[in-house]
Amino acid sequence: MKILVPVKRVVDFNVKVRVKADQTGVELANVKMSMNPFCEIAVEEALKQKEAGKAAEVIAVSCGPTACQETLRTALAMGADRAILVESDVELQPLAVAKLLKAVVDKEQPGLVILGKQAIDDDANQVGQMLAALLDWPQAVFASKVELSEGSAKVTREIDGGLETLEVKTPAIITTDLRLNTPRYATLPNIMKAKKKPLETLKPADLGVDVAPRLKTLKVAEPGKRKAGVMVKDVGELVDKLKNEAKVI
Amino acid sequence: MAALVIAEHDKQSLRGGTANAVSAAAKMAGDVHVLVAGSGARAAADAAAKLAGVSKVLHVDSPQYDGGLAENYTALVVGIAKNYSHVVASASAFGKNFMPRVAALLDVAQVSDISGVESADTFVRPIYAGNAFATVQSADPIKVVTVRSTGFDPAPATGSGSVEPLAAGPDKQQSKVLSQELTRSARPELGGARRVVSGGRGLASGENFKMLETLADKLGAAIGASRAAVDSGYVPNDYQVGQTGKIVAPELYIAVGISGAIQHLAGMKDSKVIVAINKDPEAPIFQVADYGLVGDLFQIVPELTQKI
Repeated sequence: MKILVPVKRVVDFNVKVRVKADQTGVELANVKMSMNPFCEIAVEEALKQKEAGKAAEVIAVSCGPTACQETLRTALAMGADRAILVESDVELQPLAVAKLLKAVVDKEQPGLVILGKQAIDDDANQVGQMLAALLDWPQAVFASKVELSEGSAKVTREIDGGLETLEVKTPAIITTDLRLNTPRYATLPNIMKAKKKPLETLKPADLGVDVAPRLKTLKVAEPGKRKAGVMVKDVGELVDKLKNEAKVI
Repeated sequence: MAALVIAEHDKQSLRGGTANAVSAAAKMAGDVHVLVAGSGARAAADAAAKLAGVSKVLHVDSPQYDGGLAENYTALVVGIAKNYSHVVASASAFGKNFMPRVAALLDVAQVSDISGVESADTFVRPIYAGNAFATVQSADPIKVVTVRSTGFDPAPATGSGSVEPLAAGPDKQQSKVLSQELTRSARPELGGARRVVSGGRGLASGENFKMLETLADKLGAAIGASRAAVDSGYVPNDYQVGQTGKIVAPELYIAVGISGAIQHLAGMKDSKVIVAINKDPEAPIFQVADYGLVGDLFQIVPELTQKI
């Protein structure tokens, strides 16, 4: 069985983004870019399943500009076997990405697709569920534990009240939550080896997918600023402020 | 045309920000209908009919919706979505699960986690962990929208809509719920609590969270946590406040031993009053706190509990 792992190139999670002065978006020039953290967890999970003998091949795929090759090389350095870049300079919104991935799934016929539950740039949390819908596959999203069997998967999910365990028929879509695993670091020898692994490039047109954006961003603004707070010297002063100034207790 | 809100409920009552989603939907369309699906959930359907702005509740009485399975909910919603201008749900774990599936089958975009409604087709939503807010316009014939509860007051129970039965959709049988492990607590639900006491890595153990529980119980507060505290196993996952955990905006948020990573701030910085207690005067949490107290939380928390 093949496992397909879509990965996204995003602004690194340690960077505090700044909104552009003309309010058209956030400043991306000279900003450190990395693989989305939830996608790293997805790659790690696919590799673990392969190492446990549950999968024969791990294929990383990314949709976006040429620079996404770097993200794919990271996945290859972690241990993915090969990579596919669906190259597009158009802004790709979640529905377009899901359609591109469906076309890749139709071509590659994986038994499982593991994705990050959310990208930390647009915070949309959509692609996995949309891909499941387009394929008419079952889904188990926000996974914190995955056990694969023949024809099904048992997935523990993080939900608002605690945890839930689902059994889904495979092929299926799984999206990863934070506590599923701790992604490995790519070692230098593996980074070198990754440069020789196959990386295929496709265009949306090759896959017959219309990727035109559906949502128009009218503006991007800074969040409201909180007014500066005060430091209190002791618990007595804190209680006094909460009672008499903020009036919240 | 009306907006359709998909209710999250526990059969007896509405849950997970459904009443807030109704408020948001009322700003998008002139009329709001609510879908309540599940077995024996008439009480929840009646509660939905009482929400201001709701003219009709569609009540599907069938056990195939009891687990909140995305495949079955999607099939049901897609079957009736064409009658509506908007399909709306709370951006809770329930809503996030099936709503993008609905959008994809309708071949429309989803607008996730909105914090504001500008007009019937234009919405405001946080991006980059709330470090920016995007105003987005949808040209799709049906708007599929999930709602951040803290952006909208819950609709009050002052209405008198009707409840009408609706037939179940197909049972997809692609997945099933094997078990649920839900955290049981007498404290308020974290997502909607008026006061929240949250702990971080500074607590150093799960045992030490008991100290926060005493404080929370005295304040009638819910308990939250940073990702670090959850990852360290001090508390269960559903305590996590942050970009990818729960988004809260209580009247009072007390952050204890939390340094304040941007991912945590994303989940709580809309709180009305923020108190930070931390031994490190340089901790970023102090930049968003209304009241900061530098010191040893193991002395401060018991003293605070005693004095309030």
